[in-house]
Amino acid sequence: MHFFDDHKKLFRMALGLFLGLTIIIAVIPALKNQANNAPLPNSEPLSKAAEEGKKIFIANGCVACHTQQVRNVDMDKTWGNRPGIAADYAANTRIDFWRNTATLMGTERTGPDLTNIGIRQPGKEWNLLHLYQPRAVVNKSIMPAYPWLFDVKKELVTGDVELIVPDEFRKGVTGKIVATTDALNLLAYLQSLKQTPLPQGMQESEFLYKKKSEVPSASGADKLPDGKMVYANNCQSCHQENGEGLKGAFPPLKGSKIVHGNDLELYVTIIMKGYDAREEYASMGAIGTINHFTPEDVAALINFERSSWGNNGKKVSAAEVKKIMETLK
Amino acid sequence: MESRNLWGESGIWITVLLIVIPVLAATIIMVVKAVVTLNKYLREQELEKFRKYVKELKPDELEKLERRKKELEFELSHNELSGDATPKDSRGLIDYVDEVAELRFVETKKKSQPRPSIDPVLTRLILWYIGCATFWLLFGTTIGEYLGIKFSAPDIDHYSWLSFGRLRPVHTNAVFWGWASLAMVGLAYYVVPRVSNVQIYSIRLGYRTLILINLSVILGSIFLMAGINNGGGEYREYIWPIMVLFGTGIILSLYNFYKTIAKRNTKEIYVSNWYVIAAMMFLLVIAVVAYWPGWQNGLGETIVQGYYMHQGVGMWFMLFNLGLMYYFLPQQLNKPIYSYSLGILAFWTQILFYTLIGTHHFIFSAIPWWMQTIAIVGSAGMIIPVVAGTTNYLMTFKGSWRKLSGSYTLPFYLIGIIFYFTGSLQGTAEAFRFTNLVWHFTDFTVAHSHLTMYGIITFMLWAFVYTIVPRLTGKEPPQILVGAHFWLALIGLLFYTIPLMVGSTLRGMMWMDGKPFIDSVELMAPFWLWRAIGGTLMWLSHILFAYNVYVMIKKKDTKKIPKSSKEILKMKMELEMENQVEIIK
Repeated sequence: MHFFDDHKKLFRMALGLFLGLTIIIAVIPALKNQANNAPLPNSEPLSKAAEEGKKIFIANGCVACHTQQVRNVDMDKTWGNRPGIAADYAANTRIDFWRNTATLMGTERTGPDLTNIGIRQPGKEWNLLHLYQPRAVVNKSIMPAYPWLFDVKKELVTGDVELIVPDEFRKGVTGKIVATTDALNLLAYLQSLKQTPLPQGMQESEFLYKKKSEVPSASGADKLPDGKMVYANNCQSCHQENGEGLKGAFPPLKGSKIVHGNDLELYVTIIMKGYDAREEYASMGAIGTINHFTPEDVAALINFERSSWGNNGKKVSAAEVKKIMETLK
Repeated sequence: MESRNLWGESGIWITVLLIVIPVLAATIIMVVKAVVTLNKYLREQELEKFRKYVKELKPDELEKLERRKKELEFELSHNELSGDATPKDSRGLIDYVDEVAELRFVETKKKSQPRPSIDPVLTRLILWYIGCATFWLLFGTTIGEYLGIKFSAPDIDHYSWLSFGRLRPVHTNAVFWGWASLAMVGLAYYVVPRVSNVQIYSIRLGYRTLILINLSVILGSIFLMAGINNGGGEYREYIWPIMVLFGTGIILSLYNFYKTIAKRNTKEIYVSNWYVIAAMMFLLVIAVVAYWPGWQNGLGETIVQGYYMHQGVGMWFMLFNLGLMYYFLPQQLNKPIYSYSLGILAFWTQILFYTLIGTHHFIFSAIPWWMQTIAIVGSAGMIIPVVAGTTNYLMTFKGSWRKLSGSYTLPFYLIGIIFYFTGSLQGTAEAFRFTNLVWHFTDFTVAHSHLTMYGIITFMLWAFVYTIVPRLTGKEPPQILVGAHFWLALIGLLFYTIPLMVGSTLRGMMWMDGKPFIDSVELMAPFWLWRAIGGTLMWLSHILFAYNVYVMIKKKDTKKIPKSSKEILKMKMELEMENQVEIIK
């Protein structure tokens, strides 16, 4: 064919085909998307500190292991209350002239998704210690440690945020370990990562590929979820797998008076609403409310905690817990 | 969704089948070699027995044998017709008579054939490209190896410049832009003028490209380690001023190749040149779309990222390598390509379907649903170019399978082609919505990208390098080291990818069951260790490869006593020259 033997025609044709497809499949959709997209009206813009923290997040390539997207599939429910929509990313613009937009959606979950980390895990002490040495709080973690985000000082100056690090993770550091501005900014960014609830009247898209609901047991009575799993998913990163917590940061549940005691109301309230009564420990957020615990979840969790690590407390039923939870609302 | 029903999913079955194919191929090659060795051994045993028998021969038997021998040895004196004149081979028909006398541990493969001589200036340019590419392969995979170790030993160092998130893109970009790209462009400097049957348009432009690309990878790596990157899109981590260097390099060589083709001495444009020129044009389009500083807000970034990431792989690396394959494979087998038209069909369908599939990295995400569906359909359409290409290569191989065992380059070709088939179709299977559920976000993606970028691209590039460099320099690599390189790389790749795929399937199922995330991290630990072991084998093979390249390029011939008439005469001439010089003095 003549056309195949003419280099000008041949290469122009190939380039034209590719350019045309590129415009249809990439350029137009991208342009359309950025033109017809705005952040949700009730979303909060990043604070100055969080903005700087995001830059630290980008510079250290955290996106290599952490996604920030909740897909509309059932298994992603762990990471957010609703599937992500285009508006969630609308506030992202170019970092500067030299660097591109960072939506930080990611493609790998070597570590957990961070879309909602500001709600799931907001604790300042926990996050800083986790950045300094992840294995100090999650012993099976393989996340890199970021000690260069911290200074070692002989004496504290006002405004310094000191980090209490367990001895085995100090690695010969004798001074006081103090968070740098970078670390505090990164913390602010992580705390800012929250899914904005959809405004009234906007329909959430559904989570697809639902797990088939479990066959109801014949008796139909008190079928509780696996308490150990509830604990591992929600409590373990602070109170630890062995229930001993971390000295100076998170109180032990092993042998705890609240866990053992008879004040069920206090126990449920702490789980649902958080706790900040003891100065020597970090404060606890409203873990149960944030994560939409059902009375069954709470009962299973209490029963697990009361029967683990040598604890030996009275079992509770979902009905008992439900009564207390209703008074909390 | 019942996650136990894994085996009821077609996507899973296809993938398992695709994994089995290269393993089977490797097993067959290994079994054949083992059978040959075993037969040799058995023959030896039999021979030993026979020796014993010969030792104890009786005199009358001996006499019989001697008589028979004499009878059989009777022959004419061979000069009945010619008389006593000296034999002559005035047309040089008898050549390459070379006897191997030393002890052999491995089978001797065929040496590369001398080719019509290439301009030494061009030779030097090509060797520079291959040398630099080899350096980046070693550099990039050393980093990769270190990253693999970090999965099992996260506290191995605490330097910001060496932390995981910063090093990961250094690894990927160095092997992409440093190793594969430099090797491809360098090889094209051989192929493009050769199939156009003219000299290259400009040597100088070639060196400029070489310098620009090297510069971009050096600067890019330093910037990434210092924490300056483009915002996190994969393979798009270099900031745009650095990619401008790379792009300028490609523009210069594209112009160079285009001018060479324009003044070609052949009527047709050989299909290799279609692929090479197209790949270079498309890369520039892709880079401009992805890097233009001034757009891509919000999800626009993600849409472009999906396009960029996949076109970079499919339109640059894949298209370019297929083009080189259309030249090197027929040339190495010494026969024409099976079907020229299939090559053309694969060319157009690759452009059509591949361009559509970028978004399949973001299935179930907030990207418009219609784009995701197009991506899945395009992924299925990819079956056409992949099957067309594979068929074409395998049919070219047909009838020449015997050459495989006698060549040290052809196994690289074959494995590259097999992975081209399995790796590409695995990508299709991964884009199905169910398999995507299990595998997306897990290390399955990492395994897949190594099966393709390593199994296809890198194996093909090695094949080409081992084919061409001995022809350019006249020096052969030690065959045993080429063999060791091949097996270490292949076994390493299988150790790397198969455990990762198994582990990440289990991990994905754990996620679907809603198990605690940290349990899935713990689950992966042994699989990550396997990955590090496989990676180590691969890395060792690269050291051998680098040594082989060194031998082919640099190593001076050890003192050789001339054997052929040509060599003897050359030596005599040199000696005479020396004599004359002395006389003049």
